[in-house]
Amino acid sequence: MAGVACRVARAGILKTTVPGIITPGTAKFSTLREMTTARKAVAAALGVIGAGGASLVYALNQSVKASDLTLHTANFPWPHDGLFSSFDHASIRRGYEVYKNVCAACHSMKYIAFRNLIGVSHTEDEAKEEAKSVQIPDGPDEEGNMFERPGKLSDYFPNPYANDEAARSANNGALPPDLSYITAARHGGENYIFSLLTGYCDPPAGVSVREGLYYNPYFVGGAIGMAQALYNEVMEYGDGTPATASQMAKDVATFLKWASEPEHDDRKRMSIKVLMIFSLLFGISYYIKRHKWSVLKSRKFAYKPPQ
Amino acid sequence: MAGLVNKVYQSIFRRTSSFVLAAVAGAFMFERGFDMVSDGIFDNVNQGKLWKHIKQRYGQSLEEEE
Ligand code: HEC
Repeated sequence: MAGVACRVARAGILKTTVPGIITPGTAKFSTLREMTTARKAVAAALGVIGAGGASLVYALNQSVKASDLTLHTANFPWPHDGLFSSFDHASIRRGYEVYKNVCAACHSMKYIAFRNLIGVSHTEDEAKEEAKSVQIPDGPDEEGNMFERPGKLSDYFPNPYANDEAARSANNGALPPDLSYITAARHGGENYIFSLLTGYCDPPAGVSVREGLYYNPYFVGGAIGMAQALYNEVMEYGDGTPATASQMAKDVATFLKWASEPEHDDRKRMSIKVLMIFSLLFGISYYIKRHKWSVLKSRKFAYKPPQ
Repeated sequence: MAGLVNKVYQSIFRRTSSFVLAAVAGAFMFERGFDMVSDGIFDNVNQGKLWKHIKQRYGQSLEEEE
C-alpha cells in the first residue's frame, strides 16, 4: 500500500525531500510549490483543453440555425439591463397606458390588480380612478342576478371577453393569450415583445399568408392571428412623450416585463446587499482561516535520535 | 490601543449581560447603516428611474397624500 501511494504521489508525502533531520513540515499539503514543471504543464494543458471544449460547445450552440424560419430577436438596450438597474418607472406608467388603450381590447391580464399599480406607476388615488373607470361583473345580488359595478383597488384587470371561446371567435379562431406573465412565457422576453410588435412587414416572395393572418417574421411559423396593433399616434401619452410605434412597443414591453417580474427591483436592490455582506463575510472567514492555520502551516517536526 | 482594548473588555465584554446588549445594539446599528448605504447605492445608480423619483410629476393627488 505504501508502495502504491509512494508511486502515485511521487513519494512526496512519505519521504522527506530535505536532507537532514528537519522535515519541510506540513506546508506543502496545500501548495503547488512542490509540483514539478512538467506536471504543472500537463495540468495546465488539461485545463486549457477542458475550457476550450466547453467554449466550443457553447459557441456551436450559439450559432445561427438555418433550420427554422423564425427570426430571433436582438437584445435591445433596456433601461433595466444591468446587474443593479431598476425598471424605468415612467416607462412602466406609459406602458400601462398603451396596454389600457390598445392591448386591453383583446388581451386580458387577469393576475394583475389595480392595487399592484400603487407605488409602481400610479399613486393610490390615481389607481382608484383607474379602477373606477372599468366595470367589473359581480354578484349574485339578492334576486340572484349578476350585475356590474365600478372597479375597486382589489379588482383584477377585467377580461375583454366573457370566456376563451368568445375571444377565439372574435379573433378568427386565435386566442389572444393572457399577458400577465407573457415576458416570462416567451423566449427573448421583453425583447421578443418589442420585436413582435414592431416587426410586421410584407411577406417575402413565395410566402403566402392565409386570410385573417398577418405576416410577422418573429412569430413562430411567420403567420400570426394578431394584426399590427401599434401605429404612430394611435394614442396619446399622459406625459406628452411622442407616441411613436417603437416608443409604445418599448413602453408596453417594459410594462409587461414588470407584470411578469414585479419583484425585479427588489431583487436587484437585494443583490447589492448580498454582494456587500458576503464579501465582508468572505474577508472575515479568510482571515480566520489564515489565522487558525498559521500554527499548522509554520510548525516544524524534528526527530532527535536517542543518544 | 492596548489600553482601549482593555477598557472595552472590562466595561463591555467581560459581563454576559453587557456583552449581549452590545451585540444587539451593534447589530441594530450595523443593519441600519448597512441598509442606508446599500439603498443609497441603488437609488443613486437608478437616479430618475424609480417611482419615488418621478412621483411628484404625477399629480394633484400628491398634495392630499402628504
Ligand atoms: C385585435 C386584437 C388584439 C390586439 C389589439 C392586440 N392583440 Fe396581441 N394577440 C391577439 C391575438 C388574436 C393573438 C394570438 C395570435 C396567434 O396565436 O396567432 C395575440 C397574440 C399576442 C402575443 C403572443 C404571441 C406569441 O408569441 O404567441 C403577444 C405577446 C401579444 N399578442 C401582445 C400584444 C400587445 C403587447 C398588444 C398591445 C400593443 C396586443 N397584443 C394587442 C390579438 C390582439
